[in-house]
Amino acid sequence: MAHKVYVEVDARFDATGGVTPLSITWTDGRRFEIDRVMDVCRAASLKAGGQGMRYRCRVLGKETYLFFEDPRWFVEAK
Amino acid sequence: MERVILHSDLNNFYASVESLYHPELRNKPIAVTGEVELRHGIILAKNQLAKKCGVKTGETLWQARQKCPDIVFVPPDFEKYIKYSEMAREIYAEYTNQVESFGLDECWLDVTGSDKLFGEGKNIADGIRKRLKKELGITASVGVSFNKIFAKLGSDYKKPDATTVISRRDFRDIVWRLPVSELLYIGRSTGARLRVYGIRTIGDIARTDINFLQSVFGKPGRTLWAFANGYDNSPVSDMLDTVPIKSIGNGTTAPRDLESDADVRIVMRILSESVAFRLRKHGFLCSTVQIWLRDTRLYAYQRQSRLHSPTCVSDVIFDTAFKLYKQHHSPDIALRSVCVRACGLSRDENRQLSLFDAPITRKQGLEQAIDGLRERFGSKIIVRGIMLTDPKLSAFDPGNHVIHPVSYFK
Repeated sequence: MAHKVYVEVDARFDATGGVTPLSITWTDGRRFEIDRVMDVCRAASLKAGGQGMRYRCRVLGKETYLFFEDPRWFVEAK
Repeated sequence: MERVILHSDLNNFYASVESLYHPELRNKPIAVTGEVELRHGIILAKNQLAKKCGVKTGETLWQARQKCPDIVFVPPDFEKYIKYSEMAREIYAEYTNQVESFGLDECWLDVTGSDKLFGEGKNIADGIRKRLKKELGITASVGVSFNKIFAKLGSDYKKPDATTVISRRDFRDIVWRLPVSELLYIGRSTGARLRVYGIRTIGDIARTDINFLQSVFGKPGRTLWAFANGYDNSPVSDMLDTVPIKSIGNGTTAPRDLESDADVRIVMRILSESVAFRLRKHGFLCSTVQIWLRDTRLYAYQRQSRLHSPTCVSDVIFDTAFKLYKQHHSPDIALRSVCVRACGLSRDENRQLSLFDAPITRKQGLEQAIDGLRERFGSKIIVRGIMLTDPKLSAFDPGNHVIHPVSYFK
């Protein structure tokens, strides 16, 4: 079962209030650039347990969900 | 034009939110419970699996454990529930401005004018359910009908995660077969009185002569008859409407039995201070003080007393409340729960001036200064000496989680 892992995120806050995550720093210190944010919507994470703004991101060619559970970010780790 | 009213009921609300955050518990029977150490140990909400075992809201933990040995108890997180309730209301607000809450987990929506944008009632109901599930991760039952009462019956009809439509054409087939207890405001005692006259279903109420119901129940009898026949035409209030405040009260079940006057004094002090603070916050004065007491045998009663002049000073509220307690309560029975309430509210700016009020105004000034301190530095920055005599008993904060009960009749 997937579990919830809180991660460090670098993000850009634009003047209209939009937030775009740019990179994720994994718990062991590895940093992953986010190539593209494909979709943003409010959603629940039934897999990891939680809820927030969900960013559908492409990281190293793979799609992954990144959740902003104000004020923390988490991913659904396998 | 026929109204389209929705009633959305978030299924097992507290328990659903908790299982969302604890995926490992999702396939286990769980119940959200009050804190046992503080003697608030009852079931506040349970999930479907616990419900299947027969666990009921309001039961004690040991009763629940007897019915369902595997049950997992989770402590409540009211801030989270309030946040979820607000997020659900945000979704409703995208369909209509007429959204009326009925507790944290229930809402009425009047979507009569929204059909051109979002389709008919059932489509809106299904859309809302889908969004609640996706965005908040919780399910809802939605009733769709032409009045609020039947919409509520619809949301209770099929659970969880379902839409029930009760139209003018088929309400007799659906609603009239249901037992009277399903109807809003028919509790145990009204149900028992109706049974005496052979009235068992909602259809029985609808077919009974309205004058007969009035002769038995008074004016509420007419209301019940109108509810059962689908004549309820009360509007769904606008989101921006605020419900007029009629009374302000605070109560608590103490962490231990209140055996002496000194114990009662501590608890009543805290409650009176909180009530007075809230009166001042809303700019009210009260002319009546009410107390509600429950002793260790779980026998409960309330008493009230009028004040000489309206006030928002905690000293006056406390003195009146304590006097009522001394007058009415037998000293050899310990108390379990106490509530202090201020009623007969009037606006502070319309205060009737009195020749004898000078010292009271000074006290009010003092209490306002204390309010200011507490708002800036927290409620513990300044406390009365009496609180230090029993830190355990005085540890509770009545302003902590305030969830207002609501009445259908406003």
